Amino acid sequence: MGRYVIRRLLMMIPVFIGTTFLIYYMVYQLGGDPISAMFGDRGADPVFVAQKRAELHLDDSLIVQYWYYLKGLLQGDFGTTLNGIPVADELKRAFPISIRLALVAFAIEVVIGVTAGLIAGLKRGKFADSVVLVVTLVVISIPVFVLGYVLQYFMGLQWGWFPATATPGDPTWEDLILPGIVLGSLSLAFVARLTRTSIVENIRADYVRTATAKGLPRRRVVTVHLLRNSLIPVVTFLGADLGSLMAGAIVTEGIFNVDGVGRLIYLSVTRHESSTVVGAVAALVMIYLVMNLIVDLLYAVLDPRIRYA
Amino acid sequence: MPEYEKDHEHLPTGSQEQPGFGDQEFRTVALADTEGMTVEKTDVYAEPAPGKPRGAWGEAWRELRRSPRFYVSAALLLLLVFMALWPGVFSSADPNNCPIVDTDIKPNADHWFGTNTQGCDIYARTVYGARASITVGVVTTALVVLLGGVIGAFAGYFGGWIDAILARVTDVFFGIPLLLGALVFMSAFPEDRTIWLVVGALGVFGWMQIARIMRGSVVTVKQSDYVVAARALGAGTPRILMRHVLPNAIAPVIVVATISLGTFIATEATLSFLGIGLPPTEVSWGADISSATTVIRDQPYQLFFPSLFLSVTVLSFILLGDAVRDALDPKLR
Repeated sequence: MGRYVIRRLLMMIPVFIGTTFLIYYMVYQLGGDPISAMFGDRGADPVFVAQKRAELHLDDSLIVQYWYYLKGLLQGDFGTTLNGIPVADELKRAFPISIRLALVAFAIEVVIGVTAGLIAGLKRGKFADSVVLVVTLVVISIPVFVLGYVLQYFMGLQWGWFPATATPGDPTWEDLILPGIVLGSLSLAFVARLTRTSIVENIRADYVRTATAKGLPRRRVVTVHLLRNSLIPVVTFLGADLGSLMAGAIVTEGIFNVDGVGRLIYLSVTRHESSTVVGAVAALVMIYLVMNLIVDLLYAVLDPRIRYA
Repeated sequence: MPEYEKDHEHLPTGSQEQPGFGDQEFRTVALADTEGMTVEKTDVYAEPAPGKPRGAWGEAWRELRRSPRFYVSAALLLLLVFMALWPGVFSSADPNNCPIVDTDIKPNADHWFGTNTQGCDIYARTVYGARASITVGVVTTALVVLLGGVIGAFAGYFGGWIDAILARVTDVFFGIPLLLGALVFMSAFPEDRTIWLVVGALGVFGWMQIARIMRGSVVTVKQSDYVVAARALGAGTPRILMRHVLPNAIAPVIVVATISLGTFIATEATLSFLGIGLPPTEVSWGADISSATTVIRDQPYQLFFPSLFLSVTVLSFILLGDAVRDALDPKLR
């Protein structure tokens, strides 16, 4: 187990370097001059430009530039925004909000998704099954920005069930319920379908028949034997999803005015705040990689047949 | 070579070992390791269609024709493709003719879906919007299948260090979510945004799933008896790849490609919605939805119609993918 974790951690290094380099390349090389983005049409003072270019190592080759950036990153220095605010501070402010939103969405998708999938799988071919299939299909088909505006309009404005927009700066948990539903809806549908498929596959398995045959109550057969084994593919999906929930919040956070990472990335992209984009994406990639590792380790817990040498 | 690459999680080329218990375990770990959210798909398709390939395809086609989902989605898609090719058949109005006196008219006999704030006919705009969405979806999918298919087939067939490097490259791209990558890519070209740039942005960040599935299928097929037999008869690598490996590995790729076609259309609409996708000259559902959100309280119909068309398009591709998967998967029959 220990060896496996170390191997995986080592494997994360090239992926992390590659991903940040890719983003760095797109933002700094394809994106035009980051210095000129600081100025309007009147142009910049050449002395200042030269000073700034030296500071950002813009006159060196791409690899050298990236090397400086990576060195700073490893020391916790994400660079500064065009206003001179450290990017690390911006991330420290935005990340807790996005994590909170992702957790709300995650809780909603796990509880509702697994329950719906379990019911549909157990009642295969019955009415409940069809309802779950049709509803999840519709949810998957509606783009998230349409769903966001529709739910905001009805649940937030017309019926007043939830706050329609979040408090700027520091949203409460209540503010995040509606964005959480919108953000989690797509994954909820996937979780429900995945759970259903898995339950249907496993319900005829030998171990389920054995458990029933030896007289275990149905509740125990379903929860301890059937559900536990059926959740293995769901856990994979959920682990990968927690990372993408934070990145996928670009649209949702925009609609509901949540000051998280997604909104930060979108605003920085439109304002050409290169250092913020690269920093935020680098942080997201780290989260994503760590989540994948945790999922793989969870596998061993859920399925004792899998052993990591 | 560092150790983690040396005992890379894949079966070595031309493995002579009998696939025993230990081998099986090894493979499960490999799936857990790299496949991420595609694990259930590759798992199901690990052994595609036993028997003669043509027989399996015929069987799948017969199965498909029994599925109501197939007919519904195929009919809708035919209609949408027709709309994309000849929008003039459906609407005589010009989507870019927007007399400002006609602003915000509710749906009526002249303007079936009403008009928007600029005075454009929403029905005409919705019909003409199909072209951009369908084009982006189809061309991106073709690009992704080509890119992912070639990369996955190479990695799976040659194994070894080629596989190790391609697996790392795939991991790198997998680390960046589609929307995020496309957003950054598009923002790098503020001047010349065209429909092909959107296709490129989606293609660059969308090929990984296909590559992994392709690789998984090729690795499995490569070890089957008929491939060993073909090699023993003296068939060369290109012939084996084209004649034996590809036809047997292509089924799961088709399924995923159909479903991701819908995803690409939705992502393109999201990019246009964010104002960073298709150029403003292009009639696009995403951009129309975006401008409709500002008047959602007074004119909700402006949001409704393009959203409906967009959702139905995405839905049709997902339905078609579902139907094809059920037809191709012998386990579900």
